[in-house]
Amino acid sequence: MERDTHFILGVYEDEDVLLHAVEKVRSNGVKIHEVYTPYPIHGLEVVLGYKRSRLPIAAFLFGMLGTTLAMTMQFYMMSFDWPMIIGGKDYAAFPAFIPVGFEMTVLLAAFGMVGVFMISSNLKPWAQPRIFDIRSTDDKHIMAIDIANNSAMDLEKIKEILKSSGATEINNKSFE
Amino acid sequence: MAHHGEQHYNLEQRFDFTAATKKSIMTVLVIGAVILGLGIVLAMTGGGHDEVGEAGGHAFHWYERLYANLWINNVYFTGIAIVGVFFFAIQYAAQAGWSTPLLRVMLSFGYWLPFAGILMLATFFLANHDLFHWTHSYLFDKNDPQYDSIIDGKGAFFFWPMAKGTFPIFFIVRMVLFFGLWVFFFKKFQQISDQEDQLGGNSYWIKMRSWSAFFLIFFAVSSSISAWDWVMSIDTHWFSTLFGWYVFSSWFVAGLCAITLLTIFLKGKGYLEMVNQNHIHDMGKFIFGFSIFWTYLWFSQFLLIYYANIPEESVYFIERLTSDVYGPFIFVNIGLNFFLPFLVLMTRDAKRHGVFLKLVCSILLVGHWIDFFLMVQPGTLGHNGGIGLMEVGMFLVYGSAVALVVLGGLAKKNLIAKNHPMLEESYHHHI
Repeated sequence: MERDTHFILGVYEDEDVLLHAVEKVRSNGVKIHEVYTPYPIHGLEVVLGYKRSRLPIAAFLFGMLGTTLAMTMQFYMMSFDWPMIIGGKDYAAFPAFIPVGFEMTVLLAAFGMVGVFMISSNLKPWAQPRIFDIRSTDDKHIMAIDIANNSAMDLEKIKEILKSSGATEINNKSFE
Repeated sequence: MAHHGEQHYNLEQRFDFTAATKKSIMTVLVIGAVILGLGIVLAMTGGGHDEVGEAGGHAFHWYERLYANLWINNVYFTGIAIVGVFFFAIQYAAQAGWSTPLLRVMLSFGYWLPFAGILMLATFFLANHDLFHWTHSYLFDKNDPQYDSIIDGKGAFFFWPMAKGTFPIFFIVRMVLFFGLWVFFFKKFQQISDQEDQLGGNSYWIKMRSWSAFFLIFFAVSSSISAWDWVMSIDTHWFSTLFGWYVFSSWFVAGLCAITLLTIFLKGKGYLEMVNQNHIHDMGKFIFGFSIFWTYLWFSQFLLIYYANIPEESVYFIERLTSDVYGPFIFVNIGLNFFLPFLVLMTRDAKRHGVFLKLVCSILLVGHWIDFFLMVQPGTLGHNGGIGLMEVGMFLVYGSAVALVVLGGLAKKNLIAKNHPMLEESYHHHI
C-alpha cells in the first residue's frame, strides 16, 4: 500500500482523553501520522515525541545574514564606493552603522523565520490542504494513522487500540 | 507536562541560615576587609599614584578613593535591594502565577534597604566635597573667580528652599524620602504577605496588587530621580535624559542575577523543590532580555552623544574613552554585560541549566558593578581611579554584608507564600 494515502482516523472528544490516548497508542507500537485539534493542546507535542523545532537556528542564521549584509552595504557605500564625511565622523563610522545593522538583523531574522516556517509547514499560497475530518476545526480531535506506515500491524488490532484508548469514532480516510 | 497527579510539597519550609553558611560568608567578608585594608595602606603610602603636579586641581588624597568606592557599592547594592522589591511588585501587578514560589526570595532583598539608606546618608555627609563637585559653595558665588553659571543654574535642584551653596536640603529630603518610602512599601508587602500566611484567602492578593501598583508608580519616579541625584550629579555639568532608565536597567539586570543566584543556591540546599527548570528558564529569559535592554539604553545614550558631538555632552565619553584607566573598561563593560549574556544565554538549554546561569549571573554581577564603577569614578577620582585592591576589597565586604542581611532576613519567615492563590498554578508552569 502507498504511503501517505490511506489513513485510519480516531476521533476524540476530550483533550485529556486524547493526551492519554496518544501515549497509549504510541506505547503499543503504533506510529501516529499527526493529530489535528481545533486549538493548541498543551503538552501534545511532548506526548507525540516531537523533536524541538529547529526554527530558532534558521532565525539565528538569517539574523547573522542580516547583520553581515547591513554592515557590508554600509561600509561599502559610506567608506569605499562614495566616501562621505557626515557630521565630522570617519568614513568608516562604525557606531553610526549599528542601528541599521540592528534593523537589518531583526528584519531578516523575522522574514527568514516566517519564510522557513511557511515552507516547512507547507503553507504556500497554492498549497491544497488535506482535510482529514472537517470537525477538527470545530469540536473534535482527530488522530490520523498512516496504514502503510504501520504495515507490520494488523488493521483490526490498531482499531482496537484506538477504541480502548477512548476514541468515540473510528473512520477510514483515503486521499487520491 | 500537562497531567501531573496531585502535588504534595512541603509548604512549611523555612531557610535555615546555618552556622557553616554564616561562617563562609564571614570568611569572604574578612578576606575582603583584609584586601581593603591592604589597599588603603598602599594608597596612604603613595600606592604608585603621583599626588603632586595636577594642573589646577587639588591634591589627591587616598580617602577620596575610599569614598568613591563606598559610593559605588552604596548605589549598586541599593539597586539590587530595591529591584528585589520592584520585581516582587511586578509579579502582583502583572498577576503572574509562575513566580509564586520565588516571591519571598525576591522580597528578601529588601532587608538591605534600611542599611543601604543609612550608609548612603552617612557616606554623603562623610565624603561631601570629595565626591560631589556641586557641594562647593564657591560655585554659586558670583564674586568668586570659580563661579560656575551652569551649576548655579542647576543649584535649586539640590539646595531649594535654602540658599544655593549652603545645605543641600532638597537633595537630602529626596534621599530620605525615597529610602523611607521604599522601606515602608517593603514592610507593607511583608505585612500583607504575613497576614496571608496566617489567614489565607484571596483578599490579601487583591490588597497586595493595589499596594504594588502604588509602589510601581512611586518607583518609576524615584528610581529615575535617585539616578540623577546619586550618580548623574557627580558629573555636574553633564546631563543625559535617559540616564534614569540606564541606571535602572543596570540595577534590574544585577537584581535579577542576584534573585536567580539565590534561587539556585536555595535549590542546591534542598529548598524550593517546586521550582523546576521552567521557572529557572523564565529567570534566564528575564536576564537575557534585560541585558539587551541595558545595551539598548547604553548604546542609545552613546550614539546620540557621539553623533551630535556637542562638547558639553561628549565630554562624558571623552573622559572615559581616552583615559588609560577607564578606556579598556568601557569595552569590558559591553563585553561582559552584552556579548556574554547575549551569546551564552541565547539557546534554550543554557537558560534551563543552573550551571550556565550560575556562571553568567556571577559574571553579570561583576559586570554591572563595573558599569557603576565607570559612572562614579571618572567624575570623582579622574586618573587616580582604577580597579585595585580597594575596589575588590570593598566589593567583597559589601557583597558579603548584603548576603548576611538578606539571608538572615530570609530565615525569619516561611520560604514560601503558602496561602498564595496562585501557588497551585506555579507548580504546573511549563514552557
